[in-house]
Amino acid sequence: MNTYTEKIRELASNLLREGKVDLVIGFKEGTVPMATAPGIARTPEEAEGFVWDVNCSLNLTNYLTNKKEKIGIIAKGCDSRSIVNHIIENKISRDQLHIIGVPCTGMVDKNKIRGLFEDEITEFKEEGDAILVKTAAKELTIEKQDYLRGNCQTCMHRNPVIHDDLVAEPVVEQELEDPFKDVKAIEAMDADEKWNHFENLLSGCIRCYACRNACPLCYCPTCFVDESNPQWVGKGQDPTDIRTFHFLRAYHCAGRCTDCGACEDACPMDIKVRDFTRKLVKDSFEIYGWEAGLTLDQRPPLDTFKPEDPDEFIK
Amino acid sequence: MGNLLEHMGIEKDRLHFSWISSAEATKFVDVVTKVSEAVNALGPNHKLVKNAG
Repeated sequence: MNTYTEKIRELASNLLREGKVDLVIGFKEGTVPMATAPGIARTPEEAEGFVWDVNCSLNLTNYLTNKKEKIGIIAKGCDSRSIVNHIIENKISRDQLHIIGVPCTGMVDKNKIRGLFEDEITEFKEEGDAILVKTAAKELTIEKQDYLRGNCQTCMHRNPVIHDDLVAEPVVEQELEDPFKDVKAIEAMDADEKWNHFENLLSGCIRCYACRNACPLCYCPTCFVDESNPQWVGKGQDPTDIRTFHFLRAYHCAGRCTDCGACEDACPMDIKVRDFTRKLVKDSFEIYGWEAGLTLDQRPPLDTFKPEDPDEFIK
Repeated sequence: MGNLLEHMGIEKDRLHFSWISSAEATKFVDVVTKVSEAVNALGPNHKLVKNAG
């Protein structure tokens, strides 16, 4: 068992034993290899079921929306930024939370690893920075660093920005030459190339809304895609409707997205939906110098007005 | 929003933002003329168009 798992179990069960929180939200073992499932512990015994590994990629902030209890929650760097978002958007209050911060060195891209094999993975074991993956046919040892998720490769906030406990010493932040290389590659295309890029990207979309459901920012009581009066967007597989859904879903995350990658992780069709939100992350940073979820003391640029806000686009 | 539309392949000149007071008739005419010219130059749009049926 790794030290993170041990420490998480210890902290979580202490919190519950001492009655500091009503419940703790964390990750439990999944039913298949290379999977974890969000889990809730209400007793110290249940907290013994918590685990931590490179598959804890979902964002647990998603389960905090409008909760009334006192909650302990496990948070990576990106998740802690989503928690900050939740607090400044009044979806939960800071004093309801006990945040168990996890300094994170990245989660793995499951689809990339699955792509190495033709058959199903039967065993997945982390040994330091190496991972042993087995199927019935073969066995491979891979380096975690080579199979990080896209958002983990460009992550600049691996350590939680707010926390009450840390399960380990903070990790060294990555130094990146250019965090927005992927966005610039799309920006360099001409209009038709861009259009086709996204057309290909979305060709597999089955409108399951897993990306929206996994996103901690998507908490509207009625999502615009579910609204039927007025119906903002068609519900079928028409490419225009698919595009409208993805475009608007992304835009609703402008200035809020922490690039936690939960959307891509949840996608059953392996669609890189972050190609939309990444542009907004880049624009927020370049236009307003804003990175979402870093501070509780400042309102996000899109819900405030400042006379010096750039307005060259208004003619 | 304009930036994201452009990012996914809608030509920049198809979307214009302007602030015109009801007293600024000449500015209105001016903007509409410029918008029409810009859009005409691009030709018909086939993106984000849903065909009926």
